[in-house]
Amino acid sequence: MTWPVTIQTLEALGQQAVADSAGALAGFSIAFDELTLTAPAGRVVQALTLLRDKFGFAQLIDLCGVDYPERPMRFDVVYHLLSLTKNQRLRLKVQTDEDTAVPTVIGVYPCADWYEREAFDMYGIFFEGHPDLRRILTDYGFHGHPLRKDFPMTGYVELRYDDELKRVVYEPVKSVEFRNWDFLSPWEGADYILPGDEKSPGTGGPHPGAPK
Amino acid sequence: MADDASMTPLSEAEIPVRKFNINFGPQHPAAHGVLRLVLELDGEVVERVDPHIGLLHRGTEKLMEYRTYLQNIPYFDRLDYVAPMNQEHAFCLAIEKLLGLEVPIRGQLIRVMYSEIGRVLNHLLNVTTQAMDVGALTPPLWGFEEREKLMVFYERACGARLHANYFRPGGVHQDLPEALINDIDDWAVAFDRPINDIDKLITGNRIFKQRNVDIGKVTRQEAIDWGFSGVMVRGSGIAWDLRRSQPYECYDEMDFEIPLGLNGDCYDRYLCRMQEMRESTKIIRQCVERLRKTPGPVMTEDNKVAPPRRGEMKRSMEALIHHFKLYTEGFRTPEGEVYAAVEAPKGEFGVFLVSDGGNKPYRCKIRAPGYPHLAAMDWMAKGHMLADVSAIIGSLDIVFGEVDR
Repeated sequence: MTWPVTIQTLEALGQQAVADSAGALAGFSIAFDELTLTAPAGRVVQALTLLRDKFGFAQLIDLCGVDYPERPMRFDVVYHLLSLTKNQRLRLKVQTDEDTAVPTVIGVYPCADWYEREAFDMYGIFFEGHPDLRRILTDYGFHGHPLRKDFPMTGYVELRYDDELKRVVYEPVKSVEFRNWDFLSPWEGADYILPGDEKSPGTGGPHPGAPK
Repeated sequence: MADDASMTPLSEAEIPVRKFNINFGPQHPAAHGVLRLVLELDGEVVERVDPHIGLLHRGTEKLMEYRTYLQNIPYFDRLDYVAPMNQEHAFCLAIEKLLGLEVPIRGQLIRVMYSEIGRVLNHLLNVTTQAMDVGALTPPLWGFEEREKLMVFYERACGARLHANYFRPGGVHQDLPEALINDIDDWAVAFDRPINDIDKLITGNRIFKQRNVDIGKVTRQEAIDWGFSGVMVRGSGIAWDLRRSQPYECYDEMDFEIPLGLNGDCYDRYLCRMQEMRESTKIIRQCVERLRKTPGPVMTEDNKVAPPRRGEMKRSMEALIHHFKLYTEGFRTPEGEVYAAVEAPKGEFGVFLVSDGGNKPYRCKIRAPGYPHLAAMDWMAKGHMLADVSAIIGSLDIVFGEVDR
């Protein structure tokens, strides 16, 4: 019950979990004093059941998606587990894409219901066997999955009250574009045309002589 | 109860009664914000609850991916706006974990003190509005009087009553003046009276008890299965508090008790919150005492993360460069994933931060305690009367800033 949990304990736990899982857990890693397990998406129910029943991780603290568009399996589904009895935390990650459904874990942790709805709403990750996979946080009739990296921050539609129609209408976004200041490299020359620099000669690419 | 009625077959003379659907909210004073509940009723007995949330969804997590770490802190004030600094705390802890930063002891004490002030702020609002939900009007008036004083402490520390932006990675933004620390101590001593007044007014009150005892019962197993945290598990008798079990900052050096409930009903959760406020004032007084004896920096001296002092910038070119870099580019965090959680007044508030090595979070998932609590509305309210729905919502302690994000 000591806190913080030592790396040795985490390592032993990770090894034991992977060994006992008969392939339901693929591997583990430890970074920033936290244990991360990976599992093949199809066997996540088995993996979580094992972690709950054998290792005492009785609580699903969080479930969320992460988007890596450059990967073939672009989504991570991340489960955060907590053991109240052993005072340990761990993270389980599975990978999936837009079309492959991940089995729902409501049977293991009932609170996964809303979390899975949220992941579906935000990323369009499907959960097979979910009884009620509706949108949860976005507006009624919303299109798209806003937390995907290819969804613009400003969204596609904006809403206003139309005085003639006497109701709220949706229209394509026409407000000022969000200006993404490239503060990552204020010291180096940017490798694109800086706003306002369009007319200066030779702006087809990087400035000649710009430090790279 | 409802089940017995539906079991008995209808005799010829009886007319089947149509199920009743009603909309509770989104604008309803007992909904504690913009919550829309679609209730399926059999007479006055609730059969099904379908909470529709997201009416206050602002896309905080999306917005955060486009802003630097420092620019993101104010978003955390807008989550649970009843106790803003507790939210900032989790985010700062996550960044500090990524960067491997140490917070100086004075900074830790200030953080702990303001987290506890936040807890009192939250519980004062919740406890008294829970009483209002079941018909009492005086408690909120008394509670808000005390909240007002605490808001002034917020303002005197950071300049804002609500949206503090006070906790920063590596410490807190500014040191506290001596007079403020004294005033907080005076308040903590004097708080005994208003809390006892509220206690006398509500705890033994017959109507309050009739409306809350045995309502919204949560067993230990249910609390665990449904991912509950904070008062929602403690009210059911599970001794679990992150301040004690997974201590962060200097909570392990503080002396405080963790009140537990016995029955897991609305009334026990109310009692837990009342006692927690008393424990919080104990922690506040301990912090005050130690703050008087521990001078020193309130923020890490590492200027790659923390801005240099204003006076230093007038003289030192390096300080000026650090300041410029920090407020344009911001600092970068090493690649990786961390999860940091604090015991917020409502339960475990966690931040799952994914960094790709840049100056902005690649992904920041906010784990709000109210979210799983509200998800449990369906089975908690099932079989209760319609009027109990507002009592249950009151005891769940939900704020839509954090549920909808």
